Amino acid sequence: MKFIKQIFDKQKPYFEKGGKLEKLFYIFEAGETFFFVPPLTTKSKGVQVRDAIDLKRLMMTVVIALLPCLVFGMWNVGNMHYLATGEAADFITKLLLGAKVVLPIVVVAYAAGLGVEFVFSIIRRHPVNEGFLVTGMLIPLILPPTVPLWQVALGTIFAVFLGKEVFGGTGMNILNVALTCRAFLYFAYPAELSGDVWTYFGDTAPIEGHSGATALALAAEGIGEATTPVIENLSNTWSAGLFSFNSLFMGTVPGSIGETSVLMCIIGAAILILTGVGSWKIMFSVVAGTLFMGVICNVVGLNEYMLLPPHYHLVIGGFAFGVVFMATDPVTSSQTEKGKWIYGFLIGVITVIIRVFNPVYPEGIMMAILLMNVFAPLIDFYVVQANKNRRLKRATI
Amino acid sequence: MELINLAVKSIFIENMIFAYFLGMCSFLAVSKKVSTALGLGLAVIFVLTITTPANWLLQNYILKEGALAWLGANFTSVDLSFLQFIMFIAIIAAMVQLVEMIIEKVSPVLYGSLGIFLPLIAVNCAILGSSLFMVQNEYNLIESTVYGFSSGIGWFLAIIALAAIREKMKYSNVPDGLKGLGITMLITGLMGLGFMSFIGISI
Repeated sequence: MKFIKQIFDKQKPYFEKGGKLEKLFYIFEAGETFFFVPPLTTKSKGVQVRDAIDLKRLMMTVVIALLPCLVFGMWNVGNMHYLATGEAADFITKLLLGAKVVLPIVVVAYAAGLGVEFVFSIIRRHPVNEGFLVTGMLIPLILPPTVPLWQVALGTIFAVFLGKEVFGGTGMNILNVALTCRAFLYFAYPAELSGDVWTYFGDTAPIEGHSGATALALAAEGIGEATTPVIENLSNTWSAGLFSFNSLFMGTVPGSIGETSVLMCIIGAAILILTGVGSWKIMFSVVAGTLFMGVICNVVGLNEYMLLPPHYHLVIGGFAFGVVFMATDPVTSSQTEKGKWIYGFLIGVITVIIRVFNPVYPEGIMMAILLMNVFAPLIDFYVVQANKNRRLKRATI
Repeated sequence: MELINLAVKSIFIENMIFAYFLGMCSFLAVSKKVSTALGLGLAVIFVLTITTPANWLLQNYILKEGALAWLGANFTSVDLSFLQFIMFIAIIAAMVQLVEMIIEKVSPVLYGSLGIFLPLIAVNCAILGSSLFMVQNEYNLIESTVYGFSSGIGWFLAIIALAAIREKMKYSNVPDGLKGLGITMLITGLMGLGFMSFIGISI
């Protein structure tokens, strides 16, 4: 630690006011505060909050909560590959293959996003925004492993630039940045983001009957006139028990890199809730909304997808990942406590609606969160307004 | 079921703002405060719900080819559809006048804050657009009422959501060149991204 500190102290004069590299001060500052808590002391006037945790350390908590998903995602990418080619492989081989595929995506996402952040911080003279630490990790986890790297870069730049920086940086964006990236890529390059893109790499021929269809794609076959129950669709796959409830829960299914495992998302959720970073109210109400709508769909039962047992909605697709890491985004979700319940509940309801009625988008949680991001300020506005009215009524003057 | 489908379609999928870009001028200009946006949104819903069926009656009993048959056999070949635009606009203008008088009477504050945009509803393209889509899609009377009402709801939802976002955005440090309308256009685009979720839904 002392060694790193010495390096920073030695370089500091170049970047401070009047130094040679004055313009690049904020980049230097970003590096310094990444390693050390800023050496600033509280002024005699002003806010007197003393806490070692700042925005950077808060964001690091989320990154730590994402690590189980990342590691499992890497292993699962390898796992899916060897399952598709029918070869046997041990844990380490799978993990290494996955790492070879996933790490470039992570690196590209960070490089592209931080590039935009640095350019903006130099031009607009504001500190580099810490929020990207999380966004840069979220983006690779919600993309399929076979996504071309230039698309990762393009999507990240679009999302950071138009989704966040033009609004004034971290804390000001209206849509979740990572989801903006995914939605942008999804609408711009549907071929690379959906279809048979999830599983194997290289020239090895897959085993007979292999298909890259995800659980969501299979379930979406239940929309319309189909008569086979969705559960049967899920169990009749090329590999025995691929989409059983257990493996859906554990995450050994094809899907985007980090989204498959519900178990890892629960571990992440536990970290977020225990450290107080993520809101348990939102997570709880999204799950409640989904189950509620799932039961209603069961009762109405217009198509086979509607008859899917509600608890399956919680384990297929990126639902768990979206709930834990996207819906709870403190910037774009509702800020009021009552608003959080409404916001979460509606996300759950809309997710199921999009899933069971919309054959075009197999996954509902992404669009549901984006839509509710749009309406979150409105919910807050009316919650605050209701509070004001209540207090006015109580006032006696 | 058909009607619910039509309503969902015109609120979310074929939203006047995000799918057709109709009524953008007042959408961008009157969305600075939620209370004003709410008033204008309600006024638009009201006007749309009345004018779309009124124009349907006009279209089917006066303007369409052969629509005047109820006057007698001589009129069966009369085709007045070249008057469509001007007649529709006349009806809309009359309705807006009515709304204006009601609002002035009921809520002078809202009347003041809506200002010039209230008479301008008359030329709000969403209103005329709704009537023309109604003709194009050959809805019947009930369908066109539902269509008018739910397009109004779609417009209303869009404008109050935008207004709430803009109120929240007051404290954002937006680049100078983008302040005001520029950033609002960008927000509209991103909101459209959120609304795309419903494309393809059919109940």
